[in-house]
Amino acid sequence: MLQALSTSVIAAEATHNPIAPETPDLVWGAVCFVVLLVFFWRAILPRMKKLLDERGEAIEGNIEKADVAQREAEAVLEQYTAQLADARVEAGTIRDQARTDGQRILAELKEQATTEAARIAANAQSQIEAERQAAVVSLRSEVGSLAIDLASGVIGESLTDDTRSAAIVDRFLHDLEARDLEASDSKAVSS
Amino acid sequence: MLLFAGSPFEINRIMLIRFIAVLAIVLIFWLGTRKMRIVPRRFQSLVEMGLDFVRVNIAEDLLGKKDGRRFLPILTTIFFMVLFMNLTGIIPLLNIAGTSVIGVPLVLAVVSYVTFIYAGVRKHPGAFFKNSLFPPGVPKPIYIIVAPIELVSTFVLRPITLTLRLLMNMVVGHLLLVLFFSATSFFLFTAGGWFSLFGIGTLAFGFVFTLFEILVAVLQAYVFSLLTAVYIQLALAEEH
Repeated sequence: MLQALSTSVIAAEATHNPIAPETPDLVWGAVCFVVLLVFFWRAILPRMKKLLDERGEAIEGNIEKADVAQREAEAVLEQYTAQLADARVEAGTIRDQARTDGQRILAELKEQATTEAARIAANAQSQIEAERQAAVVSLRSEVGSLAIDLASGVIGESLTDDTRSAAIVDRFLHDLEARDLEASDSKAVSS
Repeated sequence: MLLFAGSPFEINRIMLIRFIAVLAIVLIFWLGTRKMRIVPRRFQSLVEMGLDFVRVNIAEDLLGKKDGRRFLPILTTIFFMVLFMNLTGIIPLLNIAGTSVIGVPLVLAVVSYVTFIYAGVRKHPGAFFKNSLFPPGVPKPIYIIVAPIELVSTFVLRPITLTLRLLMNMVVGHLLLVLFFSATSFFLFTAGGWFSLFGIGTLAFGFVFTLFEILVAVLQAYVFSLLTAVYIQLALAEEH
């Protein structure tokens, strides 16, 4: 059965020699080839070439764009870095300035305070002196009048004549002072 | 099925199958390249992949950019014509390769032959045939042996091998498929009984060989266009 089958199949294929070409076979084969050649040559391959060129250009354009963007970004970064450095320098200057200002203000205040203290001390000194002077003057007149009152009381005679009484008082006080002076001198000598 | 019977334009089933293959090529490539985008869609990528395969892997690899572009139309046509006409062998209802009758293989072999001779003569006018038959650098007495060998291998055997390699691959593939599927039909429907088991086996073989035929179809298209490119390259080479 198998043998019969295979022989029938081969017989069907081998009715003519498959290597001997027939005219219509060649004609239509050539026609198919020419049609396809013209089709690829004139229509498809030019389209493909155009596409490839466009694609190449697009890729190049994109690369260029990216380059430009990169360069811009680098420039901006540089600018920012420079600005940052400037800002740092400025901040340092301001800090230094503030420090010197502070020191200067402190020194000024100290000086002012010292002056003020000195002034207050001088004031107090002069006031004390003035009061002492006033006390001395008032004491002197008081002591004088007291002494004269006492003396007049003792001698029973009025010594109210101003010029005379003043002269007496002055002489008395002068004597007193001289005695004091002598005493202090002798004391200094003895010591 | 015959049209114009008896005339040189007689159309039988295989001629019709060739027309269908040509129509398929025109349709697919026309639609695939109609509105080309820089960023391709799926169908366009597929078409581009096919065209780039011939352009890069066959034409530019062997011939370089400049000559590759010159001979690209011929190589592209040969590749896709052979590929599509081979594939009709496994397409249901067509069932026979357009290349399994000698016409197309022979026409394409003649095209390849004329092309490489044209390339050689254009590149080395006057010296092409002399250099092909009497390669420089060979001692003179040896030419007695070399010249006939070169003549036969270059100008006789090349077109014959191109034709027969393609033709026989497709004829044998077709015979194998016919054998497997006829046997399957016979075992299942005529013999019956236990023979049905054989039928399952032959059907499986038929299926495997159908897949194998796809591989053969692509491979033969590649080999045919690659050899054409190689012949052109040899004709253009400086030694000639």
